[in-house]
Amino acid sequence: MKHIAIGILGAAALGLVASAASAATLDDVKAKGFIQCGVSTGLAGFSAPDDKGDWQGIDADFCRAVAAAVFGDGTKVKFTPLSAKERFTALQSGEIDVLSRNTTWTINRDTALGLNFVGVTYYDGQGFMINAKKLPGVNSALQLSGAAVCVQSGTTTELNLADYFKTNKMEYSPVVFEQLSEVDAAYDAGRCDVYTTDQSGLYGIRLTLGSPADHVVLPEIISKEPLGPAVRQGDDQWYHIVKWTYFALLQAEELGITKANVEEMKTSDNPEIKRVLGQEADTKIGTDLGVSNDWVVNIVKAVGNYGEMFERNVGSGSPLKIARGINALWTKGGLQYAPPIR
Amino acid sequence: MASQEILREEPSRGSFINDPKVRGIFFQAVVVIVLVALVWWFVQNTIDNLTRLRIASGFGFLKSRAGFDISDSAIAYSSDSTYGRAIVVGFINTLIVAGAGIITATLIGFILGVGRLSHNWLIRKICMVYVEVFRNIPPLLVIFFWYSGVLSVLPPPRESINLPFSSFLNQRGFYFPRAVWGEGSWLILVALLLGIAMAWFVARKARQRQMATGQQFPVFWTSAALIIGLPLLAYALSGFPLSFDYPKQSTFNLTGGFQVKPEFLSLYLALSFYTAAFIAEIVRAGIMGVSKGQTEAAGALGLRPGSILRLVVIPQAMRIVIPPLTSQYLNLTKNSSLAIAIGYPDLTATTGTVLNQTGQAIECVLIMMVVYLALSLLTSVVMNVVNARMALVER
Repeated sequence: MKHIAIGILGAAALGLVASAASAATLDDVKAKGFIQCGVSTGLAGFSAPDDKGDWQGIDADFCRAVAAAVFGDGTKVKFTPLSAKERFTALQSGEIDVLSRNTTWTINRDTALGLNFVGVTYYDGQGFMINAKKLPGVNSALQLSGAAVCVQSGTTTELNLADYFKTNKMEYSPVVFEQLSEVDAAYDAGRCDVYTTDQSGLYGIRLTLGSPADHVVLPEIISKEPLGPAVRQGDDQWYHIVKWTYFALLQAEELGITKANVEEMKTSDNPEIKRVLGQEADTKIGTDLGVSNDWVVNIVKAVGNYGEMFERNVGSGSPLKIARGINALWTKGGLQYAPPIR
Repeated sequence: MASQEILREEPSRGSFINDPKVRGIFFQAVVVIVLVALVWWFVQNTIDNLTRLRIASGFGFLKSRAGFDISDSAIAYSSDSTYGRAIVVGFINTLIVAGAGIITATLIGFILGVGRLSHNWLIRKICMVYVEVFRNIPPLLVIFFWYSGVLSVLPPPRESINLPFSSFLNQRGFYFPRAVWGEGSWLILVALLLGIAMAWFVARKARQRQMATGQQFPVFWTSAALIIGLPLLAYALSGFPLSFDYPKQSTFNLTGGFQVKPEFLSLYLALSFYTAAFIAEIVRAGIMGVSKGQTEAAGALGLRPGSILRLVVIPQAMRIVIPPLTSQYLNLTKNSSLAIAIGYPDLTATTGTVLNQTGQAIECVLIMMVVYLALSLLTSVVMNVVNARMALVER
């Protein structure tokens, strides 16, 4: 029901908003004093409220990084939990400023939905999870013909699932829900044999199940799921701020700038570090972007560099214990690469 | 001539600004112009904004490949079908659950409504408790009750409950043998139709005879024999062409047979039981609306209580019952959109998925609104026709 309400609200907003009002998101954000950030309704490691009600995870921290770049204060964020169906309408209608909600970057979303993806904060792929106790002997996704598969509606996951079973000439019966929590409950109750979503998500969900040890994630990865934040089209300045916040997080890791050492790094002799941290004389990098010159300092102070963000939320510092893998920096054999800040 | 003109101008009394007729037309015209301008402005602004935000618009997406699967489909559908077809599948699912729900809710509702007026204390109280409980719970909770409370605590597929006639019940749904019609089975259908036609004819004749002579004819047994006997005869004559496809245990689920999924079952049961409580109250009001004198007069004529109810009370009660019954049917149809909470692929759910896969929110919401509106108007029209037939015919 809620997505219809948002749909209608979105339609109404598109109908009522005067054409000129939305050009400068940065001015709007500064005027209201915080960034409205669209997150998931709860996915461990990416965006989920902790026991105090604070949003934790890579996606939530990314919004804090943007707030730190704009305001010098990572706490100036308000989070809007959105289902998969609601997310794009919420961004299109201007209800949120940034969509940072484990969302897969596709050409259709870039071109037909009026969005711009800024980069890939997490390289993921779709996987399958089964209850090994109930289904002994199943150790490959190719053995799943005839299974009932739980999946969240309106996702790329739903489409990849259909493609994968069709390609491999297997049958399945989809069990589809709108909210991730409903999918979790249905899988836990045994309504379906298989749970499919992004593999990172499966590890997170497994922790929330009744007896996590019974469930195994099958080895197959059936799709590319580059997850990243998105903004509205037509506002290049805001697009650049969000995009370079992401690059700054990577650059900070590459240069070894961490939350702990960022203050002493300011006095470093390394010209690149000085430039990135805005310590060069008469620097205009920050102001040209539309933020202050010490924006990278603020970002790192708020959430650390990309590596710290990763380890804290999904890596060794978290219950998920996901290895860096292809999410390592390019210098360490991964795919994370930032253009130079100069 | 002159006197007529004076007479005609008399009601206006002064300038034509004060003429009520002119004023009426003027204000109506203003309202219409403002309305049209408002709608035009709204539509134009939407189009402008969509173009400015570079969001695709139009209904062309309905012809593209959908790419996702739907669990329950009455017509042929695969991920290669179009978005338009996906929406049609959802629409048919809505029709199925609403249609089945309306029939069941009406049956339960009538039984409960009559039961509430029963002379038996226990029956009366049971019906009252039922009505008060179901009427005061939100329909969404009733759906969850059936889905999470009743159907999901059933055993997993490997430990299915065996029911008679090779049927099985487990948390994946209700499985029963599917009839496979062999060659020559059209004869059975023809026989069935013939049986129904003949039964109708017999009933008509019997009624005419009773009107003319007062003699009764065992219509019920004759009809039953015709409707059941003729197809059986045809079945035997055409060489027993009917076979069954039984549900069997496989790796994951039961395969074969016919499966009714728990999503459909819980939505159907919840809508039926919930709406039945309202229908019961409407039926009770209708029966109580028939004056007691009618019952007493019928009793004085020597009719038995069953016949009084059937021949005197119910026909009059129907006149009171039908208009509010229409509202309940509409409510049930619209409540079926709560299917989304348990993942039954009705119109709202499939169109919602299409909305998200294409991002064309305005078009999809518009389609949903138009379809529900059309469905409701159609239900109203049908019920109005029924109402007109039932209405008091004054002679």
